[in-house]
Amino acid sequence: MSAMFSQNPLMNGPNYSFNQAPATASGGNTEHSFYPYTDNGGSTLAISGNDFTIIAGDTRSTSGYSINSRYSPKVFKIGGTTSSQDDANLVLSVVGFAADGEALKERLDAIVKMYRYQHGKPMSVKACAQRLSTILYGKRFFPYYVTAILGGLDEEGKGAVYSYDPVGSYEREQCRAAGAAASLIMPFLDNQVNFKNQYIPGSGEGHALQERENIPLPKDEVEDLVKDAFDSAVERHIEVGDGLQMLIITKAGIEEKYLPLKKD
Amino acid sequence: MFRNNYDNDSVTFSPQGRIFQVEYASEAVKQGSVVVGIVSKTHAVLVALKRNAEELSSYQKKIIAIDEHLGLSLAGLASDARVLSNFMKQQSLSSRLTYGRAIPLSRLVNSIGDRAQTNTQHYGKRPYGVGLLVAGVDETGPHLFEFQPSGMTQEMVACAIGARSQMARTYLERNLEKFVDCGREELVVHGLKALKESLAQDKELTVENCSVGVVGIRGEGMKAIEGFKLFDGQNVKQWVDMVAEGTEEAAEEESMEVDS
Amino acid sequence: MNHLPQAWGRPRDDVYGAYDSSYLQNGGPTQHTQRPIVTGTSVVALKFKDGVVIAADNLASYGSLARFTDVKRLRKFAETSVVGFGGDVSDMQYLDRLLNSLDIQEAYGSSGHTLNAQNLHTYLSKVLYKRRSDFNPLWNQLLVAGLDGESKPFLAAADLLGTTFSSPSLATGYGAHLAQPLLRNVAPDEEAASKLSLEQALEAVKESMKVLFYRDARSMDKYSIAVITKDGIDLKENEQLEKQSWAFADQIRGYGTQVN
Repeated sequence: MSAMFSQNPLMNGPNYSFNQAPATASGGNTEHSFYPYTDNGGSTLAISGNDFTIIAGDTRSTSGYSINSRYSPKVFKIGGTTSSQDDANLVLSVVGFAADGEALKERLDAIVKMYRYQHGKPMSVKACAQRLSTILYGKRFFPYYVTAILGGLDEEGKGAVYSYDPVGSYEREQCRAAGAAASLIMPFLDNQVNFKNQYIPGSGEGHALQERENIPLPKDEVEDLVKDAFDSAVERHIEVGDGLQMLIITKAGIEEKYLPLKKD
Repeated sequence: MFRNNYDNDSVTFSPQGRIFQVEYASEAVKQGSVVVGIVSKTHAVLVALKRNAEELSSYQKKIIAIDEHLGLSLAGLASDARVLSNFMKQQSLSSRLTYGRAIPLSRLVNSIGDRAQTNTQHYGKRPYGVGLLVAGVDETGPHLFEFQPSGMTQEMVACAIGARSQMARTYLERNLEKFVDCGREELVVHGLKALKESLAQDKELTVENCSVGVVGIRGEGMKAIEGFKLFDGQNVKQWVDMVAEGTEEAAEEESMEVDS
Repeated sequence: MNHLPQAWGRPRDDVYGAYDSSYLQNGGPTQHTQRPIVTGTSVVALKFKDGVVIAADNLASYGSLARFTDVKRLRKFAETSVVGFGGDVSDMQYLDRLLNSLDIQEAYGSSGHTLNAQNLHTYLSKVLYKRRSDFNPLWNQLLVAGLDGESKPFLAAADLLGTTFSSPSLATGYGAHLAQPLLRNVAPDEEAASKLSLEQALEAVKESMKVLFYRDARSMDKYSIAVITKDGIDLKENEQLEKQSWAFADQIRGYGTQVN
């Protein structure tokens, strides 16, 4: 007689001999085995100076332990009028899920291009930074799985770096490392760019120690810092390597440098 | 112009097979100041005469850059032209986005042609009151296209539309064979000369009232293009000066012909 | 006994168990691909001096069953490019139909404009990314081989997530682990690839196919191979792996029951 009790827990107890459960619900939710994200590894880094900004990224693209490509840039010029982006004044770096990064880059680029077309002047970094935030937040519930960094020169000609989380919260910073080796590079930057934990020798004991004065670094010194940061990251992180791409923004324009990194 | 029973909308033919609203739209093109376009083996140029509505106002915008590889000049209702150019901008951006390719000119011009045509076949719509010259380069080289409110588009070697453009067209027809092998500078000068022909008696070409747009190819493939560039104000001085000198000789020749 | 009309003519639950009415449902939730069913394995490709060599075997597997042994996984596009498909075969066939209609659309009307391999790859990656963003992926890994806008060899990959990358040599699936190291030996970078001859490239790709057949259980010894140069596409769809050597097989110890 147990078969008189339906399998359906909602209808336990004496029941009709046929199943009266609603014909549409087949019981339980279908499990989605498709996961729309992946991590393509790599790291990016941006440092702003008095009259320049440097944004850099390695050029390795990975899937798990495999290397997809040794040259797959994640630092892009944004909003130029030509396909070569020669006259661009903004730089975007994206690290995380490369397909989302590419989509985000193209969307921002189209928006900045339309801005120039409609207003007859290039977009400021500040405006672009705000806009990028709203783009990311617009996909709050299906985010672009990327850490973005936007760089350029502000209205006063000073270097500007804006960093983001995947859903659009952002702030302007002196420097920022993102991606796979962010946790390796960022402390190095804190120490070498913002002089954290550097004190003037013999200036006191304990908390009385005087901090080293914070001065903006010159461009060539920052370039060397970037190289060192990546050489170190390559040594200790398997997803970082192959090549280092650096975009250096000054009032003269954007200079691109490529340096080989270890390919192991 | 007299009214008749067949010009209330753009969907009704007259017994003579004419659509008056479309013809009136073409009249709007003839009200606009003249624009000239010429194409050679390597370049396509647009030259436009700008008007200022009154002494105190600025000069109107006659040439619009659409994308790296193309631009347009307009004669007629500027606001209608802006709608079309916005659409063309969208189309060219989306071509670059989905294919990573500069949109072929013929396809872009066809798309605005189709848009204009629908306006002539739907009740309650109004034809665009503007004519366009679209100049640009694509994989098949430099091109110049003419667009009319009727939705008609055609590829041209040289073309002039707008007020008094007949004079400019006459100049272009006379010099037709020369254009093919012209370099960039020569082509602009030809354009300005054509423009000058259509000028009213008391008018001169000045840096204020001239706009020039140039686009061309440098070599094989789309990577080696000279992107569409718009010249205004002092940037057109070099060419305007050349034409100002050149025409004195031409004028003499003309007068001699008349004498003999 | 049950007298309700709903139960008339139905098998009794107490005798036959609960009636499975799931087959009656046709208005259920829309279903999306959650996993590939009939699959193709690796595609391998290598750039050389004048173009690209690409290869894939002719097997479509149903799980571990070698289900279809004559499935061509290299598809031509517009006589300019070849797309090599790994992953779900029905999605491959859908994409093939999509590309055919795109080809027709592009060739229709305006002449002189074609989509090159780079354009095609951009387009395919947008299709794949759109579908993954709709949670309805096309379950493929694909390689696009051909020439770019400057007629230089072009090779790039795209997958079901919309991820794209390009490299002198590429391989999908098992090939990424087994073939890619061999291909990178002959072409570690773009410069090395640009010095490879067709013969060298063919040899490296055929060697890769052989290694894959030895070690990939979902592979087959019948394969397709295509060479894309500016002169066109040379596609062979019924190649047989040559010079196989299974001499090593009886040297293998330690698997299954054969312990020493």
